[in-house]
Amino acid sequence: MLLDYHLIWENLPLYFNGALLTLKLLLLSLAFGLVLAVPLALLRVSRSPLLNFPAWLYTYVIRGTPMLVQLFLIYYGLAQFEAVRQSAFWPYLSSATFCACLAFAINTSAYSAELLAGSLKATSNGEIEAGRAMGMSRFTLYRRILLPSALRRVLPQYSNEVLMMLQTTSLASIVTLVDITGAARTVSSRFYMPFEAFITAGLIYLVLTFILVRLFKLAERHWLAYLAPRKH
Amino acid sequence: MTKLEVRDLHKCYGRHEVLKGVSLEAKAGDVISIIGSSGSGKSTFLRCINLLEQPNQGQILLNGEALKLAANKLGGLKAQDPKQLQRMRSRLAMVFQHFNLWAHMSAIENVMEAPVHVLGLSKQEAREKAEHYLNQVGVAHRKGAYPAHMSGGEQQRVAIARALAMEPEVMLFDEPTSALDPELVGEVLKVMQDLAREGRTMVVVTHEMGFAREVSNQLVFLHQGRVEERGNPREVLNNPQSERLQQFLAGSLK
Repeated sequence: MLLDYHLIWENLPLYFNGALLTLKLLLLSLAFGLVLAVPLALLRVSRSPLLNFPAWLYTYVIRGTPMLVQLFLIYYGLAQFEAVRQSAFWPYLSSATFCACLAFAINTSAYSAELLAGSLKATSNGEIEAGRAMGMSRFTLYRRILLPSALRRVLPQYSNEVLMMLQTTSLASIVTLVDITGAARTVSSRFYMPFEAFITAGLIYLVLTFILVRLFKLAERHWLAYLAPRKH
Repeated sequence: MTKLEVRDLHKCYGRHEVLKGVSLEAKAGDVISIIGSSGSGKSTFLRCINLLEQPNQGQILLNGEALKLAANKLGGLKAQDPKQLQRMRSRLAMVFQHFNLWAHMSAIENVMEAPVHVLGLSKQEAREKAEHYLNQVGVAHRKGAYPAHMSGGEQQRVAIARALAMEPEVMLFDEPTSALDPELVGEVLKVMQDLAREGRTMVVVTHEMGFAREVSNQLVFLHQGRVEERGNPREVLNNPQSERLQQFLAGSLK
């Protein structure tokens, strides 16, 4: 069997734009997800059930249901309600890009919050005591000791979450978006050559994964230097 | 002038009373060694002074100012006013057995941290101070190193510099050499001896009888949560009155 490189080559701009959309979805959802994850993680480590329970419920529900179901609920489900269609949010909620970003951000926020909460809980008690003994307020303790330390230690696991999110963005193609997978589906159905179409998509995801892994390695070298073996 | 006064401190863990009314008074320049076998309550006592542990009864005064305490749900005492507690803690620097340096910060960042973020010093001022104190304890050459990349003795000296940078009224040492390899104990004790000579007020929970005898001017022997004997270290150690202290010294003096 011969692969038809020519057609792929001709459709590269489609893939390129798809890659841009994939990256846009990924970065936006990661950014919003992380902004949500930090307060959620703080609630998750709170000893007060009033604070802890809602955050627990949120992460439990989000992690307990498939991403695709969440995406369908937001994109198709909400539109069913007249009130939503009349609301000021409708211009956003009728946009597939917005809905995909929202669904992805919510999803990653739950997973990241649990990762970060675990990391916060694993903070050495001695370091916390040192902060308290120095006269730090709870706020300062979180801002200067707990969060910086936990965010650094969570990096290796978080890189995994980011890779999962990259692959998950392919679901966007199901709600009409032309991301990398969307480009592949278009090419596949237009020319009926699914193998070439999807192997190209797969290769692009691999390249993006490789770049992300390298970036996280660099970040770890910088922010986790204190855990590395002594060099000199 | 009395710097630190602790009156009649009690502490229970459940039904087990680990401190049964311990008092202590540190005048400016006093170096008080607290000795006792493990389980005697000496570390607990020290940790109650800055409320890392909540006592059940007692009073703590720093420079004549009483720490305002209120009962919590479990019968312990917590600070009534968190701001006051934070202020008093910042003037009672503590050095821990396991150093407790902040692992993600370099040595100098560790020393600068609280002066900047608790006392509100400028970064520049804090850096100068940090360099000064790191130099004083002899680890200036390691200022860029992370705690995990330093020896125990170096880490503990950085921890002492971190405490010094707060320019505290009283320094609390919780078995500062107990986690160190024997050959590293000396370098830390030397630093503490120099601090004592400078006239710093120190309360030291220790197993180092040499330090207690030579450096401190007051010795407190705790046994089962009570002060069994106290006084001038040389006199107390050379001529222990209580049977408990005689037994303890027979077991610990080599």
